[in-house]
Amino acid sequence: MSSLALRIDYAPGNDFRLRVDCELPADGVTAIYGASGSGKSTLLDCIAGLRRPADNGLIRLGEETWSKGAEQLPAWQRGAGYVFNEGHLFPHLSVLGNLRYAQKRSRRAAFDLDAVATWLEISDLLARRPQTLSAGQRQRVAIARALMSSPRLLLLDEPFANLDALATRHCLGLLQRLSRETDLPMLFVSHDIEEVSELADYLVLLDSGRVDTHGPLLELCGRLDNRLAREEKAAAIVQGTIARHDGEYGLTELAVEDELMVVPSIAQDIGSTQRLRIPARDVSICLQRPGDSSILNIIPVQIAQIDGGTDARVMLRLALGSQHLLARLTRRSADALRLKVGDRVFAQVKTAALLSTRADGP
Amino acid sequence: MSLNDAELEAIYLTIALASTTTVILLLVGTPLAWWLAHRRGSLPAVIEAVVALPLILPPTVLGFYLLLLFAPDTALGRGWEALTGTRLAFSFSALVIGSVLYSLPFVVQPLQSAFARVPAGLMQAAATLGAGPLDQFRSVVLPLCGRSFLVAASLGFAHTVGEFGVVLMIGGNIPGETQVLSIALYDYVESLQFDQAHRMAGALVLFSLLLLFFLYRSDGRHNWRIDS
Repeated sequence: MSSLALRIDYAPGNDFRLRVDCELPADGVTAIYGASGSGKSTLLDCIAGLRRPADNGLIRLGEETWSKGAEQLPAWQRGAGYVFNEGHLFPHLSVLGNLRYAQKRSRRAAFDLDAVATWLEISDLLARRPQTLSAGQRQRVAIARALMSSPRLLLLDEPFANLDALATRHCLGLLQRLSRETDLPMLFVSHDIEEVSELADYLVLLDSGRVDTHGPLLELCGRLDNRLAREEKAAAIVQGTIARHDGEYGLTELAVEDELMVVPSIAQDIGSTQRLRIPARDVSICLQRPGDSSILNIIPVQIAQIDGGTDARVMLRLALGSQHLLARLTRRSADALRLKVGDRVFAQVKTAALLSTRADGP
Repeated sequence: MSLNDAELEAIYLTIALASTTTVILLLVGTPLAWWLAHRRGSLPAVIEAVVALPLILPPTVLGFYLLLLFAPDTALGRGWEALTGTRLAFSFSALVIGSVLYSLPFVVQPLQSAFARVPAGLMQAAATLGAGPLDQFRSVVLPLCGRSFLVAASLGFAHTVGEFGVVLMIGGNIPGETQVLSIALYDYVESLQFDQAHRMAGALVLFSLLLLFFLYRSDGRHNWRIDS
């Protein structure tokens, strides 16, 4: 498996300094997640060659070295496709002109123009000018244009920042499909953990110019020792396979480890793998399986870790086979139930959102 | 209304001077304007001030210094003579040099303000799509700033046609070599040939009006341009 090796030291002259030293997988979608000002976009710019870090670094994608020490390839020789959050489409060219601009300068032809246009649902827009497009259409054109340059790596800098919820869904779905159907690695910058959960396979947590931690998304989301767990929207992500469709009630049953979880019906084949995002605040704990509860998903778990301190709230890490759920409780409840590590309890899951299914929806 | 040979020669000379000057101005002014638009600091500010000087300086001042500089006993005068075998002072080449300096701000300033408004993001996008610096300039900056180039070239041309003081100081009044329209007009008035003066002045007014009319009419037809 090829990798993206990054050793970057970049100090633009103000107080900020970006220092990154890590090796990331160069397949699937890697999300760079962090607050604004943490250096996410700066990192992308350094990788693309739009900013020049100090002469002691390394940027290597698989066998290709883009930058080593003082030898730094200019942006136009790197083959990194870049989708900017403002699109930056050429206003003097039509949509087709924008795509051709990239195609003409591409050293290989990885994608067919018509196929890309069909994929990103912009075939009807080819004659239009960028300024007549909606924000969502513009971003789809920007993605298509980046693809037409046959990149080795696709960089996306908050590509949905200017889109409404509907357009964001649409674009997310298209990118998921792109990631499934091509072997183009993507590096995706976002400050929205829900977007990240939808799209990413691998996660880099960036904090004040430093890599806090990095690892597979599912693993990082189920741990308490990084700052994801401290966020209000903290949520675990579990993976399961579709076991059964319950047509009568409009539900689908998912096998997660040895347990069945019930979610609103989805039109996917039995046996296919799905991800569920389970917010920590929507999980509560019972010592016994409740006999009559309206909550459908009540799963036996084992308390793996308790992160309490003296706050009003505590966070529990719950083992479900080899996967983990998170639960956020008040400290008062945790004390009342005398919860401790190793206890076998029942997790009541109020909501579980399915991820990665919109790609084939409308 | 027919023109005599001297008048035709003056017209030809004026057009030749203005065209040569405009071409040189675009070649020199474009990189200079780009540099000024993208550098901060005191050196660019100094250069900017020097470039803008002809806007406020009486042309005779510039002409006076150039006259001294072009004299056969200066380094420039001697070097020119050694290189070309001709004298620089009172030559067509001297007029071109003077006109380039005199009209420089009229070419540099519109280009500079247009270049400064080209979004950096577009250049970055072009770079990530495989366009090198020259390619970026040709494929992004030129089309976006097309009107500013038109404005810069027209102003440079028209201003050269209209110059008088510099030409008078460094060109003398040699028919076929340095006697341009504005000087020929001056000659007519000096010698009280008002009929000829009227024709020449009227032609210059008409020319200038037409040029400006076409310039303004070209405005706003492309709303994507950053300079319309």
